[in-house]
Amino acid sequence: MEITVTVNGQQHRRSIEPRVLLAYFLRDELSLTGTHLGCDTSNCGACVVWLDGVPVKSCTVLAAMADGKEVRTVESLAQNGKLDPVQQGFIRCHGAQCGFCTPGMLMTARWLLDRDPNPSEERIREAISGQLCRCTGYENIVRAVRWAAEHERRDEVTS
Amino acid sequence: MQVPAQFEYERATSIAHAVQLLGKYNGAGRLIAGGHSLIPMMKLRLARPEVLIDINEVAELGGISRVDGELRVGALVRHTELLDDDEVAQLFPILRDAEKVIADPIVRNRGTVGGSVCQADPSEDLSAAFSALRAYAVVQGAETQRIVPLRDFFVGPYETVVGPGELLVELRVPVRTGGSSAFLKVSRRAGDWAVGAVGAAVWLDGDVITEVGIGLSALGARNFVAVEAEDFLRGRSVSADVLGEAGRIAAEHCDPPVDQRGPADYKRHLAATLVTRALQLACRRAGREV
Ligand SMILES: Cc1cc2nc3c(=O)[nH]c(=O)nc-3n(C[C@H](O)[C@H](O)[C@H](O)COP(=O)(O)OP(=O)(O)OC[C@H]3O[C@@H](n4cnc5c(N)ncnc54)[C@H](O)[C@@H]3O)c2cc1C
Ligand code: FES
Ligand code: FES
Repeated sequence: MEITVTVNGQQHRRSIEPRVLLAYFLRDELSLTGTHLGCDTSNCGACVVWLDGVPVKSCTVLAAMADGKEVRTVESLAQNGKLDPVQQGFIRCHGAQCGFCTPGMLMTARWLLDRDPNPSEERIREAISGQLCRCTGYENIVRAVRWAAEHERRDEVTS
Repeated sequence: MQVPAQFEYERATSIAHAVQLLGKYNGAGRLIAGGHSLIPMMKLRLARPEVLIDINEVAELGGISRVDGELRVGALVRHTELLDDDEVAQLFPILRDAEKVIADPIVRNRGTVGGSVCQADPSEDLSAAFSALRAYAVVQGAETQRIVPLRDFFVGPYETVVGPGELLVELRVPVRTGGSSAFLKVSRRAGDWAVGAVGAAVWLDGDVITEVGIGLSALGARNFVAVEAEDFLRGRSVSADVLGEAGRIAAEHCDPPVDQRGPADYKRHLAATLVTRALQLACRRAGREV
């Protein structure tokens, strides 16, 4: 079947099998390999992308379901060579170790900060509670999101 | 890499269109809403539909409204929407309690109320919560619409009265004053399915329980409800002893499965304790301290 999906502002038209999952469509068809696949069973959250502005686990969404819709992936966070504050926070606070969970964490963090510019630690932990990190123990991820929140509000973020 | 077997994909644009597509494929078509139960099952070949009928674009299936003394929750309402709705939380705190502990925020962005009850997984939390509230299911077929009490909706594990040519349109919950509700769940870790969960709704006239609903999830209760405990409570005055006895009766009449989440005797103990505590919390919220 033919689908047209707008990914990070750019329209893509592809012929696919209906059974292709969104995560594989992004990685294999569009070569956007920033989105990771960990469990493939909707448990780990490495595959989180935005579908029409809402974070979803793209291993459990059909690419066909995204036909005519907007998808946003981790590749869209940096703009004109400047990292998004959440990305900067992950660097400053060592929020990534192996980096496998990071794309999903970043997409959820960006979404949270867009809704709540000053989230409590508890709110951050709740927001990422469907995402697994095997390395950091989450402490530095929470710190990274707090860092982004603080610097973004003060508009102090530089590249 | 886990990929479902091949299927054809159709996108329904209205309820009528969805029903027409179900008729066209005559049993070979399967509805897909959030896909968060069906897609994992298809990856494992536990389900192998020939045609998927996507209802995500059917606007008529969405939305939460209050009409004629009923709360109406569209089949396509996402968990997140139900969780965030303040009127729902005020009318039926049991629903917010339950939604808070269903899966995780990202899964809740996608999974739907209709998909949850139609999946009829014995561990589904909303099936217990809406059964406690004595909700009704509105089921649409090619010719007729049926309104089925949710307590008659579940035929068995993973099976409901929704026929191959039908779909669930919405759930309706009668709004009655003088009561409140609560939901309690024990799970092994955040976001996991229940070891056991209980929802309770009570309506009081002074001290006397005029009506009550008790829903159990993952505890092997027939149709997700504890009818014997409800019958015991109706007409009695609220007291710690009475609520304790209701828990004991509910535990006696359920048949918890033995699985990796625990042995039967533990789950039976959990059933008794959770029923009593959920009733206590519901009574407290209704203004009657126990
Ligand atoms: C990681 C994870 C954790 C979870 N944890 C929990 C939990 O703790 N508690 C809990 O209760 N649930 C849990 N769930 C299940 C979650 O609530 C799902 O969203 C829900 O079971 C199915 O909803 P869905 O919209 O995704 O349904 P789908 O997967 O789209 O459909 C499920 C079934 O319902 C049918 N169906 C869907 N809509 C209709 C309709 N309108 N009319 C007729 N048939 C229909 C489909 O044909 C299919 O057979 C979890 C899911 C995941 C992935
Ligand atoms: S790969 Fe999608 S949740 Fe793990
Ligand atoms: S940094 Fe390795 S899994 Fe999170």
